[in-house]
Amino acid sequence: MNRLLPLLGFLALVALLAFGIHWNTLHETNEVPSPLIGKPAPEFTLPLLYDSTKSLSRKDLLGQPYLLNVFGSWCVTCQEEHPILTRDIKPLGIKVIGLNWKDQPDDAKRWLGQFGNPYDAVMADQDGRTGIDFGVYMAPESFLVDAQGVIRYKRIGMFTPDLIDSELKPQLAKLGRIAQ
Amino acid sequence: MLPEIGQFALILALLLAGVQCALPIFGAWRGNQALIAVARPAVAGQAVFVVLAFGVLTYAFVTQDFSVAYVAQNSNLALPWYYRFSAVWGAHEGSLLLWLLILNVWTVAVAAFSRRLPDALIARVLGVLGFIAFGFLLFTILTSNPFLRHLPALADGNDLNPILQDPGLIMHPPMLYTGYVGFSVAFAFAIAALLGGELDVAWVRWARPWTNVAWAFLTLGITLGSWWAYYVLGWGGWWFWDPVENASFMPWLVGTALIHSQAVTEKRGSFRAWTLLLSIFAFSLSLLGTFLVRSGVLTSVHAFASDPRRGLFILAFLATVVGGSLLIYAIRAPKVAGGKPFRMLSRETLLLINNLMFVCAAAMVLLGTLYPLIGDALGVGRISVGPPYFGFMFVLLMLPVVLLLPFGPLFRWAAADWQATTKILIKAVLPALGAVVVAKLWFPELALRGLAGVAASLWVGAGIVLYALKRWRDAPRGRRYTPEMLGMILAHFGVAVFLAGVLITESTSVESDLRFAPNETRTIAGLDFHFRGVARAQGPNFVADQGEIDVLREGKVVATLHPQKRLYSSGGSVQTKADISPGLFRDLYVALGESLDEKTGAWAVRVYVKPFVRWIWLGGLFMMLGGFIAATDRRFRVLPERVDVSVSKPAAQPALTTASAAASAP
Repeated sequence: MNRLLPLLGFLALVALLAFGIHWNTLHETNEVPSPLIGKPAPEFTLPLLYDSTKSLSRKDLLGQPYLLNVFGSWCVTCQEEHPILTRDIKPLGIKVIGLNWKDQPDDAKRWLGQFGNPYDAVMADQDGRTGIDFGVYMAPESFLVDAQGVIRYKRIGMFTPDLIDSELKPQLAKLGRIAQ
Repeated sequence: MLPEIGQFALILALLLAGVQCALPIFGAWRGNQALIAVARPAVAGQAVFVVLAFGVLTYAFVTQDFSVAYVAQNSNLALPWYYRFSAVWGAHEGSLLLWLLILNVWTVAVAAFSRRLPDALIARVLGVLGFIAFGFLLFTILTSNPFLRHLPALADGNDLNPILQDPGLIMHPPMLYTGYVGFSVAFAFAIAALLGGELDVAWVRWARPWTNVAWAFLTLGITLGSWWAYYVLGWGGWWFWDPVENASFMPWLVGTALIHSQAVTEKRGSFRAWTLLLSIFAFSLSLLGTFLVRSGVLTSVHAFASDPRRGLFILAFLATVVGGSLLIYAIRAPKVAGGKPFRMLSRETLLLINNLMFVCAAAMVLLGTLYPLIGDALGVGRISVGPPYFGFMFVLLMLPVVLLLPFGPLFRWAAADWQATTKILIKAVLPALGAVVVAKLWFPELALRGLAGVAASLWVGAGIVLYALKRWRDAPRGRRYTPEMLGMILAHFGVAVFLAGVLITESTSVESDLRFAPNETRTIAGLDFHFRGVARAQGPNFVADQGEIDVLREGKVVATLHPQKRLYSSGGSVQTKADISPGLFRDLYVALGESLDEKTGAWAVRVYVKPFVRWIWLGGLFMMLGGFIAATDRRFRVLPERVDVSVSKPAAQPALTTASAAASAP
């Protein structure tokens, strides 16, 4: 029996990985990727990265749609996504709020200092609590929240120019932000 | 025409791999010499065709044949010639071909240097390697054909991903793969031993140098990767706990456990089942790493192309190879723990702790890497863990390893002499504590982590030097340092160097973001940084904003740095290219941020002063060197006497032994 243990453990792992592939194939399509879509965004009140005495909450952001972009200085893909935020998303005219997730504020400031700050405001979620409320999987991740504070769209992983055209722009059009 | 020949060569290689797997293993089972003799020619044939395929793809890159889709995607006319070679493995299809090429190099090496081993054993080893090659060839041909045409041919290709256009990336994947794939040899030996029922310790002796060499290459590959991340990703980190990094780190951790456990099994006959299992694990984690990186299960959040078909294939292959070998293990692993008894205070105990800690660390990394997936599967939502988890857990698990390391070589097998050992090691405690005091007095601002680093480094370093000295005094001339022992000393010394590097860098680096107007001077960590301004620079396939910064100490220029922000002509994102003035005791690292003021020419500039950061990679190089040197020990190449074998292994499995004797009889 003892000598079967490694095999049994491995079979569990295979089952998990098979599930992963299954999950992935289901979610590569345009179907709803998160149960939060169409629901109000979770409550949060977080200190600003550049001025930790001030904070930003869900209520403060009501009244105008915004794109919440989860990032961390430790996240390699965020660095890849960064120029796309600046070059392709900012011109769309949507407010972009950074959620600096599980990061040291100093590291984040340094990171933004080096690559530039594409955000209208950056909140620091150092212990990752808000990230958990949002069901953040891994950075980067983006949530489109409308003026009423309802999550309209979610993107796991980085934006690419193609995805912006095929997914983000139609969503923004629905919110009346840009003409199609 | 040529690309079709390349594809045809792959198909022929597939057929030969099938032959190399099936016939010799069947022959070894039935004792058929003719079938056993098929193994080596099949290996040679497969290698010829894989080399041919690889050569064809390289040729397509060098001659810029944009009718090949893969070339068109990963190269363009402006790409410098040296990157055209490394562009071959710049994306998925080509890196699989590189994987195959390296597997063939290993297999040919095994076939060539195993003339003195029993025919049946080597037939099984080559057969298992053939099976692996078969799986990967099939994968390449079915899902990832690098020779697909794009007709009509494109006038110019996309570009090689700019982040990969770097000298470090030319060597990093081949070294890493050589390490990954090298564990297939230890794996093949373990499976061959299980299949043949020859569970005596001889197979371990033959497998040891192969494992050491594979481990050394993997160490080099990871070290290169870390160094590359440090100067390319542009903000001075050297390890990110990224899933792709973890994929290479897990086999390294288990490989480290394996080389230690192999030593116990070979010398004492103990830990036999454990060594078999670790051999299987090390290679399985290499395969799992390939799966994680290629399938898109985790990398859907990263920028890799993912294809569920590929994921399914690798998963099926993984299940066959690993599931099959664990099943064989379950059926045939030694029923009675072999080997000689040992006391609690003995080298065996220490190596057992080493093994447990390294395997736990690998399991911890695996768990952390798969965490989001597990959360999803259990329906509790996606939870993910980041560097905070890995950093904390890893230090926790490695703490006992670092504390106990100096005892390892000094403890004797079976029963250690506690008093004699402590008498020696007290001399290591003193400098470690002394250095902490001196460091604290000298640099009062040194953080606790830095002090711990100095102490740990000196504890390990002094411990291993004391061992080397003791060896010098006690052992007769000429037998003081066998390559095996010298390798061990060097590798352990590398641990000390690495520890110093990590903990001192992490605690004493000075990192500042400055607003620099041209001809402004700032002082950081006792150095004057003089910013001359930013000018436009032209590269072969990019334009860049290039800054110029003089670094002065007491008015004398010690370095002139030219950090760049590059825009490649193929478009895409701006790449930050930091400039570094390396030094054994400190790196000066300068990266350009944003342009702050067009009129005055002011820029945001990031300046790091990183003491001892080179020691991180220097430690890695020492470990690598240790692995290579240990592998050259003549002892591994001498055939053990049959008598030795039966002495070291009491008649624990009479049935298997008889079966193996019958099978291996000429």
